[in-house]
Amino acid sequence: MLVRLVDVSKRYGARWALAPVSMELDRPAVVLLTGENGAGKTTLLKIVATIQRPTRGHVELFGQRALDNLQAVRPRLGLITHQAHLYFDLTARENLVLVAQLTGKPVGEVDGLLERVGLGASLQQMVRTMSAGMKRRVSMAKLLLQRPEIALLDEPFTQLDPGGVVLMEEVVRELRAAGSLVILSTHDIERGRLLADAQLTLSSGSARSLTLVAA
Amino acid sequence: MSFAGNVATLVAKDLRLEWRSRTRINATLFFALLTLLLFSFAAGPSHSVQSANAPGYLWLALMLSSVMLLGESLRLELENDSLEALRMLAVDARALFIAKALTNAFFCFLLGVVLLPVAIGLYGAEVKLGLPRLVGVIALGTLAIAAPGTLYATIAVQVRARDVLLPLLLFPVLVPGLLASVRASSLIMQGDPMDQVGSWLALLGIFDALYWILCTLMYGRVIED
Amino acid sequence: MKRVLNIGLPVLALVLVAFGAYHGLVIAPTERMMGEVYRIMYVHVPTAMMALLAPTVVCIASLVYLLKSSRQADALAEAGAEVSVLFATLCLVTGSIFGRPTWGVWWTWDPRLTSVAILWIAFIGYLALRRFVDDAEKRATWSAVTAIIISVDVPIVYFSVKWWNSLHQMQSNPNTVDPRMAAPLRLNIAAYFVVFLALLWTRYRIGRARDERENAVPQTEAQPVLRMSP
Repeated sequence: MLVRLVDVSKRYGARWALAPVSMELDRPAVVLLTGENGAGKTTLLKIVATIQRPTRGHVELFGQRALDNLQAVRPRLGLITHQAHLYFDLTARENLVLVAQLTGKPVGEVDGLLERVGLGASLQQMVRTMSAGMKRRVSMAKLLLQRPEIALLDEPFTQLDPGGVVLMEEVVRELRAAGSLVILSTHDIERGRLLADAQLTLSSGSARSLTLVAA
Repeated sequence: MSFAGNVATLVAKDLRLEWRSRTRINATLFFALLTLLLFSFAAGPSHSVQSANAPGYLWLALMLSSVMLLGESLRLELENDSLEALRMLAVDARALFIAKALTNAFFCFLLGVVLLPVAIGLYGAEVKLGLPRLVGVIALGTLAIAAPGTLYATIAVQVRARDVLLPLLLFPVLVPGLLASVRASSLIMQGDPMDQVGSWLALLGIFDALYWILCTLMYGRVIED
Repeated sequence: MKRVLNIGLPVLALVLVAFGAYHGLVIAPTERMMGEVYRIMYVHVPTAMMALLAPTVVCIASLVYLLKSSRQADALAEAGAEVSVLFATLCLVTGSIFGRPTWGVWWTWDPRLTSVAILWIAFIGYLALRRFVDDAEKRATWSAVTAIIISVDVPIVYFSVKWWNSLHQMQSNPNTVDPRMAAPLRLNIAAYFVVFLALLWTRYRIGRARDERENAVPQTEAQPVLRMSP
């Protein structure tokens, strides 16, 4: 069982962002996560990513309790969020080399990956001076470097130009083909449905349905 | 990568980051120099008063500026949720702490070493037992600031009213370090007829060991949700 | 049982304090050297002892929280911290009031006074931290870490200052007590101990009630487990 949520809920202060959700995802797939603004999509993604702790309930990843096995589980996850997760005062290359060094991935791949996402000319550019789209491309390269078995992508298509969007779709397909589970949230439902094997709909913090998408 | 390797990688990252945002280190340095100057004015014109209190002024200036350094160092991690990113990479929290605290200690030490000749000159103090020993005290003293300082700064920077909270939390914990550092510095500068310096340094060393171990162990809880 | 504690403890505390005050102010004999002023010791010594006991409670409760994530431990730590600040304030104020006519100073770098002063500031910082953190688990975890750092710090402060004073051969307070004063002192210590328990218990209850109110999960109808395979 790749992902299992048992009665997971999340409260921020007085507000319940996520009502109890129970869910099982047992095979490689692209799962489209949809819902109106404030429905709890980001919260759900962050909880599955183990970055946030549920208020109630627990998360199991790869058959183990996530929060009890963080060191074992986290290296197999990948996360893209609204925040760039990069150091502004390092170059694109330095950021990725840091990730490679800390996770034991081959440092030699970094340049090639940055070229692949279209940043070959910007290897030595400070992230602080990059546009949002360029930062998102660096995050894509990071994802390719990590090759996670479960990838959580929070509105990955925003801030990208059309070339970048196509690239992101490629990355998602590649991960899926390599046997990963990809959960991505987007407001571009049409594009999402073209990529997805299943669609998970949230509304006001409750998970309403998980349906398979017709091919 | 091994634990030590991770620490080394992270220290290199932190040093690089601090170097690239060195304008704020300059600002902290000028703040510290200004503080030394203000103490001089406040103490009045008597030479003997100033030179007798020189160690106190030096360490006070160093402590106040260290709080600024610590706050800024952790703010860098919050920019873009970099700390969250490091957590996702499953980096051992203890390696994170040691790297961050070592870097902070290093910069506080540099600050102290720069302030030292200024303080000696400004307050007309002499250093009877030699500069190397005094530099040693600065090293031990800044280690005492860096460990609890890094831990508390990590908390404070995620909370509102962070600029008030960090000094409020940190200063009570700096008192033993301050006491021992000032006493040891004072003896080194003004003479140590009863050979007490070693004991104060031992106290400082024990404090450092205790707090580095304690904070390293607890840092994981501090950064996890 | 709870009702006995809720009402009984405060009542007992009031009774004992009144009794103890009467003994301390009226029945106990006049001190040879200090006159009537010494009577404030009947408040100062017990509050000083409670000012050391309460932080110990906070330290142990914080350790328990870090090990077991128990909400009760967190509530106890919070209650203990507030009680610590209260008793530390009383201790410092009564100590100051005693010091002025006796030694001519409002303050001195006595190791006990210094460590209680540091303790006071440290726990005010602790309470400030709690007030600024909204998330319940973060608040509990960060406060627990802070409490442990404080608990290691205060004894070190005490020994540092004590040692510093011994190097400078400062005066220390004589500690001998006439037996006719010992009994009222013990009575007052017991009385303030019950006050400590009453305050701790009440504040703990308030903390738990708040916790329970916050944690009330909104009722939703049972959701089915969502699966990929039908």
